[in-house]
Amino acid sequence: MQKIKNIYFDYQATTPVDPRVLKKMMPYFGEIYGNPHSRNHAFGWEAEEGVEVAREQVAKIINANPKEIIFTSGATESNNLALKGVSEFYGDKKNHIITCVTEHKCVLESCRHLSGKGFEITYLPVQSDGLINLSELKKSITDKTLMVSIMGVHNEIGVIQPLEEIGNICRSKDIFFHTDCAQAIGKIPLDVNKMNIDLMSISGHKIYAPKGVGALYIRRKPRVRISSMISGGGQERGMRSGTLSPALCVGLGEACNIYFNEMEKENKMLIKYKDMMLEGIRKSCPDVYLNGSEHSRVPGNLNLSFAYVEGESLMMGIKDLAVSSGSACTSASLEPSYVLKALGVEEELAHTSLRIGFGRFTTENEVKYATDIIVKEVKRLRELSPLWEMAQEGVDISKIKWAHH
Amino acid sequence: MAYSKELLDHYENPKNVGSMDKESEQVGTGLVGAPACGDVMKLQIKVNNKGVIEDAKFKTFGCGSAIASSSLITEWVKGKNLDEAHSIKNTEIANHLALPPVKIHCSILAEDAIKAAIDDYKKKNRKNR
Repeated sequence: MQKIKNIYFDYQATTPVDPRVLKKMMPYFGEIYGNPHSRNHAFGWEAEEGVEVAREQVAKIINANPKEIIFTSGATESNNLALKGVSEFYGDKKNHIITCVTEHKCVLESCRHLSGKGFEITYLPVQSDGLINLSELKKSITDKTLMVSIMGVHNEIGVIQPLEEIGNICRSKDIFFHTDCAQAIGKIPLDVNKMNIDLMSISGHKIYAPKGVGALYIRRKPRVRISSMISGGGQERGMRSGTLSPALCVGLGEACNIYFNEMEKENKMLIKYKDMMLEGIRKSCPDVYLNGSEHSRVPGNLNLSFAYVEGESLMMGIKDLAVSSGSACTSASLEPSYVLKALGVEEELAHTSLRIGFGRFTTENEVKYATDIIVKEVKRLRELSPLWEMAQEGVDISKIKWAHH
Repeated sequence: MAYSKELLDHYENPKNVGSMDKESEQVGTGLVGAPACGDVMKLQIKVNNKGVIEDAKFKTFGCGSAIASSSLITEWVKGKNLDEAHSIKNTEIANHLALPPVKIHCSILAEDAIKAAIDDYKKKNRKNR
């Protein structure tokens, strides 16, 4: 087995910029330097044209109208703007928001902020497969419910929520449906009309565009109004002031354009890699569990619990592979992931979890190498593990009285 | 986080991994920590009739620092008598491995494990006398 140095398996954390994206952006760092909001001269028009083409490209991948897209600094800003902007505009009429316990921190924190302003927040639980229960959602709706915010694809466990069903429920009750699709764009087909989505957050750096750019889709028919969070010159139809960066917008647009043409092909490749790794690991190691639904998930995300092997020590053993740990033992709290906890994954199993992410630039060789090295380290660390030894002797670990420290 | 050379060496080539017969009267076993907290250490000592630890073995479920701490302490206790082994402080382990502050609990666990193993040995042998 030839050693490969530093392989990237963390595509949910961020993605490298696609060279084709970078190429389209470059002129906007140089010769095309006009302010896209300058209406009176050619410098401005040229920059504006780049931005507007990008807006069309973003709109196209979710079947929206370009006028419904505004550019932001990223999905965190988009989520903040969607939740706080809608709440501020309509808050005197309806004050109830429904979201989910496994949402990204920027959604949960925005909701916490709103609950301090008098909003009622319902945090839906998830089932053991990471998906929300639609009848729970229906039951939580009241005549005060203003919006539902549920993410499309989960950053940590990769599960796909039933967006179309949620959209139908919301539309039938005249409730706004916001979805954080930072991890969903380019991974699953999205159609804001078919899915009855009213607001959608989009991120650049999860889809091979640079960090620092994102977008928010805001439906025009029936119209969704938001209060802006940033005061200024009234750019982006008054919803997001500040001069746009044409280079970043063009990058986001081109990234969407590439996915529009290549999503199917890329997904096929990722499915192959996922199957290769999952089968390779399961063939050689018993007691490895996939976190989140096995069926309703994107192929680029494998969140696995390697029972009896602590996640951080495993990461140390596979240090050439850049992966992410569900253990979070490095954090001061020593608490395992709140997401895995919400799925009902027991704490001891949560401590053994890794997130392995594949993407556009992953190669078959890298997947093979990574599978081999993971299997080898899991076996080595299990030989070191007293829990593995007990399990082999038939001791029920859950029956032991452990001294929690 | 950058780990010290000593720590990485104990993690990559841990010393004294294994198990001894826990029913043997010569063997004391300490099992500390909890799976839900992310660390469990099993440390065993074999004591000869002069009261000297002639062998030590461990198995650890935990992060690299926990594995290194247990490997190191098994090295240290070999050849020591029970009182000497009992007086090993977690700070000595932490210093030797240059543990970062968030990993100090790993060295505490190793100290607890050796104390628990010694207690187990003493308990077993008190009964027999």
